[in-house]
Amino acid sequence: MRALADRSRSLRRAAVSLLLAAALYDSLARSGAFPPALIPTLPTVGRALIDGLLDGSLAAHTLYTLYRVLLGMGLAIAVGLPLGILMGRSRAIEDFFLPLASALMPIPSLAWVPVFILWFGLGNATAIGIVFYAALFPMLLNTWSGVRAVNPIWLRAGRAMGAGARSLFWKVIVPGSSPFVITGLRQAFLRAWIAVVGAEMLAASDWGLGWVIFDAKEFLKADLMLASLVVIGLIGFAFERLVFGSLERATVQRWGMVHAGKD
Amino acid sequence: MPHIEVRDVSLTYDTPAGRVVGVAGASFDIEQSEFVCLVGPSGCGKSTLLNIIAGFLAPTRGEVRIGGAPVTGRGMDRGIVFQDFAQLFPWRTALKNVAFGLEMKGVPIPERQKIALEQLRLVKLEKFANAYPHHLSGGMQQRVAIARALAYNPSVLLMDEPFAALDALTRDDMQRLLADVWRATRKTVVYVTHNVAEAVYLADRVVIMTPHPGTVKCQVPIRLARPRDPLNIEFLEHQKELLRHLGT
Repeated sequence: MRALADRSRSLRRAAVSLLLAAALYDSLARSGAFPPALIPTLPTVGRALIDGLLDGSLAAHTLYTLYRVLLGMGLAIAVGLPLGILMGRSRAIEDFFLPLASALMPIPSLAWVPVFILWFGLGNATAIGIVFYAALFPMLLNTWSGVRAVNPIWLRAGRAMGAGARSLFWKVIVPGSSPFVITGLRQAFLRAWIAVVGAEMLAASDWGLGWVIFDAKEFLKADLMLASLVVIGLIGFAFERLVFGSLERATVQRWGMVHAGKD
Repeated sequence: MPHIEVRDVSLTYDTPAGRVVGVAGASFDIEQSEFVCLVGPSGCGKSTLLNIIAGFLAPTRGEVRIGGAPVTGRGMDRGIVFQDFAQLFPWRTALKNVAFGLEMKGVPIPERQKIALEQLRLVKLEKFANAYPHHLSGGMQQRVAIARALAYNPSVLLMDEPFAALDALTRDDMQRLLADVWRATRKTVVYVTHNVAEAVYLADRVVIMTPHPGTVKCQVPIRLARPRDPLNIEFLEHQKELLRHLGT
């Protein structure tokens, strides 16, 4: 009951802060200090959003972007999760991959876009590759930290009860590192979502929310640009709150490995 | 033949500061279904010795035999309970924690649930079978840990100061409960503690250890009728005797 009340309160607070920001923007747009073509009012942006969704164009762009993010992130998880666990368990693997990760991680994913265009051409492959690059390191490093943070007493208890290497891995190390893995997923999604829009601006042709924004600039369609930004923001927000929030509540929060809020 | 034989066991560590002797030439026997407490001040090697019996550490000299067979590593003939409440797996309910050892043994699900529930009943926690550890108090978590160590039916129960982090009232309850569990299961118990009253309450025999280096100083049988009364004059006499051996 208390958890439910806490959740509705946090949603209410989120709504208040978003509405306040929207009202501030709208009053700025209506002040007459800026040309309406550059700073359109919220109803204008809303109309562009609804039109784009109704005629299917914005929805199709959104699906393209989501497809690239989910595929790129899926690949990043498929590589980052097992590799992070191996790095946490084996000194030799850690010694080999950690310097590599440390050297590659600080390179902004967008800096790779021109290189990837040369290698993979314009389109999906480059965008997905950029997403993969952006999402890989948060996944890898959080998993690695998570494995090292597994309480040694769980390993001792597991071994004492007859767990072999395989059981220890699946039934102790994986759940034991889950708070960090979920943080890794969250950060990976965030990085992926940021990277995909940039990659689409530079490398995607014809489809994707990033491309819509880039293309709308040519036609001075500020309302469409802002409508796309709203979609990008909403989807990011929905993933953070619904997908990762639910995942966390169903696992590490339920297990008491992380706590619901400050008290 | 004794159930557990500790034969001239020594363990030295190599640390950056030089060689440290943890245990030096410890020898004693433990009979089948006997409750033995290892008592001594911190640093006397009692926990180290327990870890050697558990098979977590290998002695540098001497050996431990259980049922006549030398201990070469951990084994499912021994269950172990640690002091730290965090020993339970937070992602598993009480029941699934208790069932872990049976799961490792490949016992089918319905049977292991049945056994795990019986073990929880033994420690009076069957009502909390589906609770996660973080919803249980420290004393309850330690009871789950005892049930978990007994669930796969080891013949030896090793306990490393399991109640040391509990408040005094809860500790009294837990000692009573452990005495009941021991009477019901007849396991051979090796129990490490620095609490003299606890040792007199629980043990058939107390092995007293002294530090620098960790050696067995003497052994004191406790021949008091059970259940024991900690306010009984003989109980207090035994406490005094142990304290005298410990040199305090």
